Amino acid sequence: MTKSHKRLLFIAKRALYGIPVILGIVIVNFLLLQLMEGDAVDALAGEAASATPEYMAQLRERFGLDQPIYVQLFAYVRNVVMLDLGYSFRHDMPVLDLIMTRLGPTMLLMTTTLFIAIVMGIVLGLLAATGLNTWRDTIISILALVSYATPLFWVGLMLVLLFSVRLGWLPTSGMETIGAGYTGLERALDIARHMVMPVIALSLFYMAAFTRLMRASMLEQANMDYVTTARAKGLTERRIVWGHVLRNAVLPVVTMGGVQIANMLGGSVIIESVFGWPGLGLLAFEALFARDLNLLLGIFLLAACMVVVANLVIDIIYTFLDPRIELK
Amino acid sequence: MTPSASTGFWRRYSRNRSAMLGLVILLSALVMAASAPLIFPGSPFALAGQPRTPPGPEFMLGTDTLGRDVLAGIFHGARTSLMIGVLATLVSLSIGIVVGGVAGYYGGNIDNLLMRLTEFFQTIPNFLFAIVIVAIMTPSIQSIIIAIAIVTWPAVARLVRGEFMALRNREFVQACVVVGMSDLRILAFHILPNCIAPITVIGSLMVATAILVESGLAFLGLGDPNVMSWGYLIGAGRTVLRTAWWVATFPGIAILLTVLAINLVGEGLNDALNPRLRDR
Repeated sequence: MTKSHKRLLFIAKRALYGIPVILGIVIVNFLLLQLMEGDAVDALAGEAASATPEYMAQLRERFGLDQPIYVQLFAYVRNVVMLDLGYSFRHDMPVLDLIMTRLGPTMLLMTTTLFIAIVMGIVLGLLAATGLNTWRDTIISILALVSYATPLFWVGLMLVLLFSVRLGWLPTSGMETIGAGYTGLERALDIARHMVMPVIALSLFYMAAFTRLMRASMLEQANMDYVTTARAKGLTERRIVWGHVLRNAVLPVVTMGGVQIANMLGGSVIIESVFGWPGLGLLAFEALFARDLNLLLGIFLLAACMVVVANLVIDIIYTFLDPRIELK
Repeated sequence: MTPSASTGFWRRYSRNRSAMLGLVILLSALVMAASAPLIFPGSPFALAGQPRTPPGPEFMLGTDTLGRDVLAGIFHGARTSLMIGVLATLVSLSIGIVVGGVAGYYGGNIDNLLMRLTEFFQTIPNFLFAIVIVAIMTPSIQSIIIAIAIVTWPAVARLVRGEFMALRNREFVQACVVVGMSDLRILAFHILPNCIAPITVIGSLMVATAILVESGLAFLGLGDPNVMSWGYLIGAGRTVLRTAWWVATFPGIAILLTVLAINLVGEGLNDALNPRLRDR
């Protein structure tokens, strides 16, 4: 079998692993719905405020809520597989459509943040590790330690306080200036200006995590035999770091990047609600306030699926980065 | 631990300056939590003075939109944060130790099954999961603790599994088996005590994570409505950022310092408990 065949097989296998995970998340979702006080009919009756018990029983029958629990579970799984995530009564829209309209801004915010956090983390970790125990290392390590301990939402508020309230440089919320009618490059710049603070606030914590990981990873690689070999054959330290150590040290950071996507989705709920960024996080925050749990669970499910996909992508990137990985 | 081992531990710990700094800050947070009802008797939700009084002689850190004393809120909030941090960590450690211990000791299919479960829980976006759990169970101290424990136990389980796997074939364990000890006794009284060091380290770092998660939940309005919390204070200060910056600013510094201190203590414990790793 050729290498590319093997790779395809490996990818297919990893993709199959994702299926039980997604199924499991659907079941967790269903169990969470069961945990909830009252059912959809109670919620509807509460909205209508004029439901007789007979009418409610009729509704339960129609929604299948009088069926045994495993029948309901089966129906739920079937619905989700058919991409039917239920209906948001607050927004008067199917949950899936609602989520799709908000997916773009979140993806924009998260990919930018992840990119900046990883690049900055690699650079800072590299700077710290190459200047081990000098003032450079000390300053970077202290910064990473402090960023690691700072709550995201507080950073966001402090940025607003400094850059919007005091200095008036940046807009406090939203994704673009409403009613300005910008197009093309002007619009892109306007969005970029709105993105500066959310991206800084969201990336700070992850940048700290990547910096620490990169520093540790560089130090670990520095003790490897191949470094001794490289040094023995007379390579300069610069060549050793750039040509050999760096590419090996980056691997754990890439893995971590995939893992952190899951956490970043949670962080985006906070950051989007602080900055009024019109994405999934803000939608989740609104759903929380409106007690629109169908919507909240829909977002949760989609987020979990995104993580499974992200992990798959990381696995694929890995097969290119590290030829030692066995494609089984 | 024998007396000489514990003095050796303390000597190693106290040589570490950042770990000592962390310990001092953490102890001050504990003193704040303990003295809150003495220094600020009565409810921290009670009105204390004019709304939005700036920091000054009357109220050191000012008052919020309703005229509640921010400093009193921070003192009482310390109780909530530390309590939730410690309790959630204890629950999470218990789940993680049981799952990881059983998986590591028995191996085979049980291990496979439990590790799949652990990986599954690690895949779920954890803060979002915590939000969903608290929202559905309605916010209270219990539901917050349960939510934090549910999202943090997998890391413990993986660590404990590794330790138990490494120890299960050692001679002292085989001796226990030969003597006919029950599995439970071997796991709880012979293997577990040998992994107390890494569990202590991960536990201390988890308290910091738990405090951050709790503050995030409270900021989003998912805190226990009956107790004062730092995240709640910041959430309340958010709407008046322009006119009363102090309401949101000071509780955030409290969170930052406490979490930083706990991380420093955790790293200090790690270095002191694993002397071999210290020169890294």
